[in-house]
Amino acid sequence: MQKALELKQLRKTYEGGFEAVKGIDLTVEAGDFFALLGPNGAGKSTTIGLISSLITKTSGEIEVFGHNTDTETEAAKRCIGLVPQEFNFNSFEPALEILIHQAGFYGIHRHEARERAEHCLDMLDLQDKRKTVPMKLSGGMKRRLMIARAMVHAPRLLILDEPTAGVDIEIRRATWDLLQKLNEAGTTIILTTHYLEEAESLCRNVAIIDHGEIVERGQVSDLLSKAMAETFVFDLQQHAVKKLQLSAYKINQYSESRLEVEVPRGQSLNALFAELQTFGVEVLSMRNKTNRLEEFFLRLVARGKQRAAHA
Amino acid sequence: MLNANWVAFQTIVVREIMRFVRIWVQTLTPPVINAVLYFIIFGSLIGSRIGDMGGHTYMEYIVPGVVMMGVIVNSYSNVVSSFFSARYQHFIEELLISPVHNLTILIGYITGGVCRGLLVGALVLCVSLAFTDLQVRYWFATLVFTVLTAMLFAALGLINAIYARNFDDISIVPNFILTPLTYFGGVFYSISLLPPLWQTLSKFNPVFYIINGFRYGVLGTADVSLWHAFVVVSVFTLAAMALALSLLNRGTRLKS
Repeated sequence: MQKALELKQLRKTYEGGFEAVKGIDLTVEAGDFFALLGPNGAGKSTTIGLISSLITKTSGEIEVFGHNTDTETEAAKRCIGLVPQEFNFNSFEPALEILIHQAGFYGIHRHEARERAEHCLDMLDLQDKRKTVPMKLSGGMKRRLMIARAMVHAPRLLILDEPTAGVDIEIRRATWDLLQKLNEAGTTIILTTHYLEEAESLCRNVAIIDHGEIVERGQVSDLLSKAMAETFVFDLQQHAVKKLQLSAYKINQYSESRLEVEVPRGQSLNALFAELQTFGVEVLSMRNKTNRLEEFFLRLVARGKQRAAHA
Repeated sequence: MLNANWVAFQTIVVREIMRFVRIWVQTLTPPVINAVLYFIIFGSLIGSRIGDMGGHTYMEYIVPGVVMMGVIVNSYSNVVSSFFSARYQHFIEELLISPVHNLTILIGYITGGVCRGLLVGALVLCVSLAFTDLQVRYWFATLVFTVLTAMLFAALGLINAIYARNFDDISIVPNFILTPLTYFGGVFYSISLLPPLWQTLSKFNPVFYIINGFRYGVLGTADVSLWHAFVVVSVFTLAAMALALSLLNRGTRLKS
């Protein structure tokens, strides 16, 4: 399988000595849908900046579809489409012009650029906004325009830095559908997101970055199997018992109408229900507190913080 | 790859031209109005009392300087405002992530500035015809000096835009450096009118060579030889472009 992206000992130390990325090794296979996760300030956006050459690396190597970014810079850049975290449009340029110009920067002649731009506007459902300047677009439309701009030169590797941040659920789902279609059509996608259900739903592989280091990586399904416990939330019939103690389960929160219980992986829920029954607690409904990847992620980050505190 | 950079160059130039044409009220009208005011106040009202200068009427004498002032200010401000806006709104990243060579970015922005400078210069020259019956003596020299000057100040505008941290910084250089240099560069007078010390100091002002080179092209007379002016302006232009390119290559204030 061809490698879409290979990072070798990638390191970034900012002026003042802050080490944002500490010698990352990472490989993303061609055709993959890959999530790069991590808490705020973990080094995700710096890593993306380094890959897309918006940030100058301190050391290490980056290869995009076999093209080294130091020696074959133009070929490597041609393979990448970037959707940055912040809106970065010329506020006074209409949507269609933005796309045509972006295509032009990749050497696509104006006639063909216009065709591609129209296609991208269709794909992102922005055709009726083709003459609208970004400052008059809604947040969701701007996000879609950023994806259209990143796709206009048909990159083999699409990198999205929190593409659904701040958009409503409908647009988020539509964006997911679009990204899935692009991936099915052969585009390798790397995604950073704070919505872990997004990563769980879309991505096949994931790397978790914390304090500039990759602390976990692998298939999403493998990582989920490493999650040691899940937290369930039970809605209870009112006026339940005042004090509740469960033998094999940790209670995180308890009130008259709500119970939060941590259930170790492999532990049967039947036993929990049986125990609740003995206390006369009646369960009306139950749900996961967070999704499983989020649970795993939070535990990993907490472990990282403990390590940092000890250090 | 060369073809791709050529397309990218065309794209940058078209975008730059579209930008200043879209806001023509801000970019093209003020220099023409300024020139008309100079021609009326200095050329007609005061100039009629001054008499001839360098063998020409005072109005004829100031036309090349006023044209060049428009070229200088507009080629500079086109690039400085456009490039700084791109940095400020972060859409410069559109270019930085693309495979466009830095030399292409440099030449693209400079060409945009040159186009605005030439357009303003041509408009001011046309307006001047309403005040004086001017005949351009040496078209080639006139054109060469106009283009070189526009290139020089567009490159300087790019350097200013790279270093600027806010919108105040992009007006400091035009207000406190460019305008005094232009006025002391001999737009409205011949340096032969100055005391010897000021004549010597004027020869350290690059704008003096620009205005005199252009004046030679238009009127056939100047305070300095054509070749001398050409060499000075060329050296400054190449130096400014080399500095701008090196800043782009190093990613100064563009990449962290």
